[in-house]
Amino acid sequence: MPRKSLFARLQKAFVPLAAAASASLFLAETASANWIAPEHGGSPNADAIHSLYVILLVTGLIVFFAVEGLLLYVLWRFRASRGHEAKQIHGNTTLEIGWTGGAAVLVIVLAVVSFFKLGEIRNPPNSDAAGFATTVVAADPGTNQKLPPNGKALHIRVLGFQYGWQFAYDDGDGNPDNDVIAYRDMYVPTDTTVLLSITSRDVIHSWWIPELGGKFDAVNGFKNWTWFKIPAEKADTSFRGQCAELCGRNHANMTASAKALTPAEFGTWLKNKKTELDDAKVQAAEARKLVDAGETLK
Amino acid sequence: MAAADVTTKTEEQTLPKVPLLTTHSVEPELTGWRAWVLTTDHKKIGIMYIVTALVFFVLGGVEALLIRLQLGTPDNTLLDPQTYNAMFTMHGTTMVFLFVIPIMAGFGNYFAPLQIGARDMAFPKLNGLSYWFYVAGGVVFYSSLFFGAPEAAWTAYAPLSDDAYTPGFGTDSWIFLVHLTGISSLVGAVNFVVTIANMRAPGMGWGRMPIFVWTILIYSIMLIVALPVIAVAATLLLTDRHFGTHFYDVAGGGDPMLWQHLFWFFGHPEVYIMIIPGFGIISEVLPVFSRKPIFGYKAIAAATASIAFLGTLVWAHHMFTTPSPTAVLIFFMIGSFLIGIPTGVKLFNWIFTLYDGAIEFKTPLLFAVGFLSMFLIGGISGIVLATFPIDWQLHDSYFVVAHFHYVLVGGAMFSITSGLYYWYPKMTGRMMGETMGKWSFWFMFVGFNITFLVQHSLGLDGMPRRIYEYEDIGNWGTWNLISTIGSFILGFGLLLSMINAYRSLKKGAVSGPDPWRGNTLEWFIPSPPPVNNFDIIPTVRSVEPLKDIRQEVAARSQAPGATEAPAPAAH
Repeated sequence: MPRKSLFARLQKAFVPLAAAASASLFLAETASANWIAPEHGGSPNADAIHSLYVILLVTGLIVFFAVEGLLLYVLWRFRASRGHEAKQIHGNTTLEIGWTGGAAVLVIVLAVVSFFKLGEIRNPPNSDAAGFATTVVAADPGTNQKLPPNGKALHIRVLGFQYGWQFAYDDGDGNPDNDVIAYRDMYVPTDTTVLLSITSRDVIHSWWIPELGGKFDAVNGFKNWTWFKIPAEKADTSFRGQCAELCGRNHANMTASAKALTPAEFGTWLKNKKTELDDAKVQAAEARKLVDAGETLK
Repeated sequence: MAAADVTTKTEEQTLPKVPLLTTHSVEPELTGWRAWVLTTDHKKIGIMYIVTALVFFVLGGVEALLIRLQLGTPDNTLLDPQTYNAMFTMHGTTMVFLFVIPIMAGFGNYFAPLQIGARDMAFPKLNGLSYWFYVAGGVVFYSSLFFGAPEAAWTAYAPLSDDAYTPGFGTDSWIFLVHLTGISSLVGAVNFVVTIANMRAPGMGWGRMPIFVWTILIYSIMLIVALPVIAVAATLLLTDRHFGTHFYDVAGGGDPMLWQHLFWFFGHPEVYIMIIPGFGIISEVLPVFSRKPIFGYKAIAAATASIAFLGTLVWAHHMFTTPSPTAVLIFFMIGSFLIGIPTGVKLFNWIFTLYDGAIEFKTPLLFAVGFLSMFLIGGISGIVLATFPIDWQLHDSYFVVAHFHYVLVGGAMFSITSGLYYWYPKMTGRMMGETMGKWSFWFMFVGFNITFLVQHSLGLDGMPRRIYEYEDIGNWGTWNLISTIGSFILGFGLLLSMINAYRSLKKGAVSGPDPWRGNTLEWFIPSPPPVNNFDIIPTVRSVEPLKDIRQEVAARSQAPGATEAPAPAAH
């Protein structure tokens, strides 16, 4: 048979490749389901991670179908058969420089796109006017903390331990001892930027509620900052998550949830908790007085 | 040598008047088990490496199937959490330290000296020492089954691996495994470097070395760079556990992040240490079965070296979720992206090695092509994971588990199987069964993809790794069941190849010296090769010395039918 040039053969392969690429684009359109893309919908950073992922997924699928298509075509076309001799080619500098350059361009484009998206994922926005009234969060130099433009947010200190999560709601008075504390279920207001500073008191854990954004390790001696902001329509939703870093035998059951409340409901919840806390403190102080006076407690 | 008998008088006069060789005593050749245990022959040591590694592979495989059985249904109670943690710790450690690295050392031991035309490794006794340290590491590690198995995962993150959280023998046995197999690999790596640098056949310059030898050289250099770091890290962990130091303990002024940096400075190069000899095997198999020279020899060798170099600079991409400054994350993301370039170059060069060839679909080629497909998927998901904001979602989820199994099973494991089918006739003198080999390939290929493709979805749907039980959230139950079924199909495929290898020892067709019409020097000598390998070491004039020899023989015998016949050749 007449021998075609390498280039003509590549051109011939182009049509099925283009078809595969458009099929993958279509597939990516349906990528909202979380079997093919990460969970999102609870916070803008999770949404931004999702859309960045979809860009990479579509690019990846195009590359996959193109390369896999080329491979299958070559395998089928050049299988051993009578009358066909293997051509003794040692290489082709132009082609090789071509795909080195092609790979480099692709990688640079993906890096630029990622940087373009980074701000949206990394930097918390201000709370909405309808959100819970927040206070200025103290700067935490030397960490990866990022503050909203106006510096205000609801700051929750997340503490991981074997095997659970403790949440301390920073009331902004500089005294952590009188903050409201909750375990496992984190009640949070919608429309409000919530800043989390995450640490651990024993082994390493990892905070992860997929719909509210990525995971952040809780490491004893370090503070790891992240944020989320739940939109108003997600009030009364409970977002599930669990520890993502092996932390011992019961790692599988170190779950957590974030329960979204309207700002008003959250205000009530926080106030009730605070009252409970203060009452408990008063009772404890009275008991302490009795003990100090030498009386036995009933 | 025959040449000595026909030495003429004039030559005799020019010889020095001292004996060329002296010996104090001549030992009789060892027979039976002593021939194996006391051997310093690189081929016997190579076979012992391969067989021992396959034994550990079976153990690691059984652990994997137990893990999959436990995860097959939600809220399963087959394994308790302690056993489950022990199983994935031992599975990971076994596959990395006791299977992939040593079996690559086994292939390297057997075939690197043959491919460069050497009669043994540079330091034969050191070579034996290296093997026995490896066995010792495996025995110490597996003895922990009787004393309390390790539970802190193969990454042994401090402080979980500290005595406060995992007391007992388990983590200590892991530390000793790291030390013993570390010495083994380090000694072996030095041996490889010296052998390859000094003992190549006349005419075999660096530019004519087979790609497999290039990859064994790069594998060795990477081991020499990475292993001392993990040895130090593990020693610090040992003193933290037993001698009251606080290197990784915050309460004592230590730093748990130090462990992660030291571990991954070793651990990431380790990934490439596992896959690079696989690249070498693929680069040998593809040209032979497509009857073409490798496409872009220099580009493939250079790409392998640059992957190795970049691979030592990207360790913190395993640490994107730790409390680290964004600038650090960006550096490690860019570095990881860059690895995509030489990897892409290699993939295209491999595909174009097949292009315009006359491809014979023998079992080694099937596994090599399976490697190309699945390594491509692993490479693409690797770029996705290297994008650190995306990694924040996917890190430590089943997506990562899927990714590295595509690289290490689809990549390393398939290249190892390809190499086993390709080199088995050289090692035993017999062919492995083709039909059974092809069945094995299809079971493995389908089973592998069923097992691990759905794990991407599990991770995207929020399932973290290393959990011993789960509630039936979303489709977790269904996907896990599919994955478990797939793992047994994969296991059955592997079993077929193992039975095939065992049966073929006695029943395989006799292969002769060169059953595949290979291009490299191991096919020049009988199968299995004699103890001294080469009676005559040929002079090398290209990357494909055996093809040159075949053509030369054909030209001299003046028989046109004996030249490179068009494929398919009759074997």
